Amino acid sequence: MRVQMTVNGTTKEADVEPRLLLVHLIRENLGLTGTHIGCDTTSCGACTVLLDGRPVKSCTVFAVQADGRSVSTVEGLEQGGVLHAVQEGFTKEHGLQCGFCTPGMMMTSVALLERNAAPTELQIRQAISGNLCRCTGYVNIVKAIQYAGTKLRETKAEREPAAAGRA
Amino acid sequence: MIPAAFEYEAPTELAQAIERLARSGGEAKVLAGGQSLIPLMKFRLAQPARIIDLNRIAGLAYVRENGDLRIGALTREADLEDSTVIRDRYAIVADTAAVIADPLVRNLATVGGNVAHADPANDHPATLLAVRATVVARGERGERVIAIDDFFVDTFTTSLSPDEIVTEIRIPRAQPQSGGAYIKLERKVGDFAIVGVAAHIQLDEKGNVAAVGIGLTNVGPTALRARRAEDALRGRTPDDKAITAAAEAAADEAQPVADLRGPVEYKRDVVRVLTTRALRRAVMRAKGGQK
Repeated sequence: MRVQMTVNGTTKEADVEPRLLLVHLIRENLGLTGTHIGCDTTSCGACTVLLDGRPVKSCTVFAVQADGRSVSTVEGLEQGGVLHAVQEGFTKEHGLQCGFCTPGMMMTSVALLERNAAPTELQIRQAISGNLCRCTGYVNIVKAIQYAGTKLRETKAEREPAAAGRA
Repeated sequence: MIPAAFEYEAPTELAQAIERLARSGGEAKVLAGGQSLIPLMKFRLAQPARIIDLNRIAGLAYVRENGDLRIGALTREADLEDSTVIRDRYAIVADTAAVIADPLVRNLATVGGNVAHADPANDHPATLLAVRATVVARGERGERVIAIDDFFVDTFTTSLSPDEIVTEIRIPRAQPQSGGAYIKLERKVGDFAIVGVAAHIQLDEKGNVAAVGIGLTNVGPTALRARRAEDALRGRTPDDKAITAAAEAAADEAQPVADLRGPVEYKRDVVRVLTTRALRRAVMRAKGGQK
């Protein structure tokens, strides 16, 4: 089946078997190997991508289901050589050790901060509860997301001082 | 893990989906959120020859309260959690949605799928039993409204005909002096329940129990209604003594089996403890208290 979708802002086409999982389309057909395959059983969240802006486990979606939709992967976070605030946060706060869960963790974080610019620690921990990290104990991941939230709020305040003032 | 090959179609009209399903000779599966079906297909526990994807059909995802509460079958669990009507007036449903799998799964998983899959470990069935919901299904002969007590036949088996698709869940309108709660014990986020208990209470003007529903998750071949526990409470003042008696009855009528989540004795006792807690919370909410 022919499918067409927007991946990180660019239109991509592929000819796929219906049984092809979205994660395999992303990694093998499109060569975007930043999205990882961990458990392959809908548990670990290493394969998290945004489908129309919502974080989902791409090992549990068929590629044909994404036809006509928008997919965002970790490769799309950096813009023009500048890291996304979430990427910067994971770097500054040492939010990773082995790094395997990191792309999924960051995609979930991006979606969380889009919905809620100033999440509490509990809200952060709930949001990432479908992403497993076996190295960090999550402490630095939470700090990384808090860092990114602060940075995004500051950037927004600089860009729209009036709007921030009203809020 | 790669699923077995299948033919795929994504009709844009419900009637088309029903027609295709009816003509598939039992070889097709309906795809909603896919969060149970796709893992089963990856393990090759399910190898449907044809997949009929409902996700391109408009108008199946909604939460509306006009008279009763109506939830479109394709409503995502995440949208149930976010719904103001659900959070403000149907706390038991909000409780339930919030503990299903994990937040990423809930972005795709649907309430219709959770019910139609008929896994005794799924969370909505117990809640729907407690609130006396009805399931609306559409097939070649039109629409059918099925009482929840008649819906679950056995593990992974419902009373749906082979051509029927669940389109809506209906829950009786929340009344003054009513309240409910769902409590689940799980080893970790994302796991199935060791035990889950749903309790719904309607008080009368004297503060006695006018109506009660208790549903149990993952302690039987289907989600179970704890009828003797309900009997122990109906007409009584919902004090500690009556709640204890109901909780003991629920533990007694649960049908747990030993597995990796624990032995029978343990699970029965968890039923007792969670029934106590769920009933207390339901009573508190019926009296206008939160949480």
